[in-house]
Amino acid sequence: MATVTGGTAVAPHHGAAIAPADPAWRGRVTVVVVGLLLLWPMLVASEFKPWTLVDAQSLRATGRFLAGFLPPATDAAFLRIALEATWQTVAMATAGMALALLGAIPMTLIVTEQLSVSRLGSGRIGLPPRVMRQATRWLLVLLRSVPELVWALLFVRVIGLGPTAGVLAIALTYCGMLGKVYAEILESSEPHATTSLLRNGSGRLAALLYGALPEAAAELVSYTIYRWECAIRGSVVMGFVGAGGLGQRLDESMKMLAGGEVSTMLIIFVLLVASADLVSKMLRRRLS
Amino acid sequence: MSGRKVGSRNPVGSGVSAGNGGDVSRAATLTLPLPPSLRGTTVALLLGMLLLVIASFATLPWKLRDFFSAEALRTTVEFLRGFAPPDLSAGFVHRTAVATMETLSMSALGTLLAAVGGMLMALPASGRFGAPARAAVRGVLNVLRAIPELVWASILLITAGLGPFAGTLALAVHTTGVLGRLFGDALENGAPAPEAALRNNGVRPLAAFLYATLPQTVPQMLSYTLYRWENNIRAAAILGVVGAGGLGQMLKYHLSLFQMQQAATVILAMLLLVAAVDAISFWLRRIMTR
Repeated sequence: MATVTGGTAVAPHHGAAIAPADPAWRGRVTVVVVGLLLLWPMLVASEFKPWTLVDAQSLRATGRFLAGFLPPATDAAFLRIALEATWQTVAMATAGMALALLGAIPMTLIVTEQLSVSRLGSGRIGLPPRVMRQATRWLLVLLRSVPELVWALLFVRVIGLGPTAGVLAIALTYCGMLGKVYAEILESSEPHATTSLLRNGSGRLAALLYGALPEAAAELVSYTIYRWECAIRGSVVMGFVGAGGLGQRLDESMKMLAGGEVSTMLIIFVLLVASADLVSKMLRRRLS
Repeated sequence: MSGRKVGSRNPVGSGVSAGNGGDVSRAATLTLPLPPSLRGTTVALLLGMLLLVIASFATLPWKLRDFFSAEALRTTVEFLRGFAPPDLSAGFVHRTAVATMETLSMSALGTLLAAVGGMLMALPASGRFGAPARAAVRGVLNVLRAIPELVWASILLITAGLGPFAGTLALAVHTTGVLGRLFGDALENGAPAPEAALRNNGVRPLAAFLYATLPQTVPQMLSYTLYRWENNIRAAAILGVVGAGGLGQMLKYHLSLFQMQQAATVILAMLLLVAAVDAISFWLRRIMTR
């Protein structure tokens, strides 16, 4: 914004020859100077050297790599491998989500305050349940704040290369996210039905199924589908640390500088993400 | 379960009327409403999802047997024990702090470059240079956005070499795709009347844009950019595992040398960084929305 100085629209009261002064120039100049002062150490820290992009050696390497992109590799053997890897990516995301749900649903039941029985009489939650809820919340926070890629790196060290590490990484991270968001969605639903059910002696599970769930179901399912879509994207990325699927193949081809294979797989990847996006949009539109 | 049986015996006991209960059978037994009948397509969808899940579990080459064996348990415990205590010697903490600064700089510069690039792409993407240009640029933006930062980083390593510069560029490229589209939408959604008024009075196109449309959309663009910066800090922390600088590169390095205590420190630094970003953004949002 600092560049929009001295327009011609201000009334020139010094006469036509002199350019009108910008009334805010002090502020603008200060912002620019402070910005540059902050920018400088950042440029140094991130080794910002754009000229290395255009030196002869890197241009040659890039040129050779990019030239390999055309035509994309289409031989049958490679396509079979790539499609298998694509299915593996989808399977990793789906299995990871299924495992995440197994963990997230019970934890949601524990965390959701609407389902608290001890709250009914006094309006306050008893001490032991409160401790239990807080502990579960912290567990969820821990699960989701370690990035999925770091989980994957650790699991690859423990179990070895392959999709199992990726599935477990997705399961843990998404368990944390789903548990938190499910609880939030249930909390924000109308509490009246749940509370009356609980007050009249219904069990917690029945109160959830007949009270909160009918109202919140569409949103819960819609969020789950959205997360599945994210998991597909995530599982490609995790392949780069050796957790199987399309990412691992992509990484291998990249290291061999096989441009054709890379471009085929990038195309498959973009199509995969686009179709996951499409399926998820379609399913969610049906729900709303 | 028994309630449902009673409901179905009741002649009016289907659908909503049974749900209200009161009018129909005041005498009464508890009637639960019948479950809504499932539509054919819904059943098909549910079956499809179930099949997908089963097929996923069936086809993945699981290594769970290795995972649950006594041998694996021992390695896991040994592996986990290796993390404690984290290396907190002054020298290493200093190096971690430097890497954290590197991560922050990468994210800030990447976002800044992306904001500039996104602005340049947003002009054609908002249809200012005709429909064909709009479609073409939006297509490019979609591709930039569809490929994750990490994949961009591993491609750009070839051009920019190992180190944070490749990571910065990768963040910039992916974020340009995101911001270009958001900025384009923002420009399209701005009220067109002010710019039209200036143009009709003979103002040059650039000046009309700068004085009429841009000021309307700048606040929205700023908030998008800040939001993406927040995301990019998280992304920059892990981007390094392919060799693109920052905390991620350190983590990968120490993990591959099995220096677990150092790796633990780096993971702690990542968690602290992410927690700090979350806290600051939460706090800023609360201040700004109050």
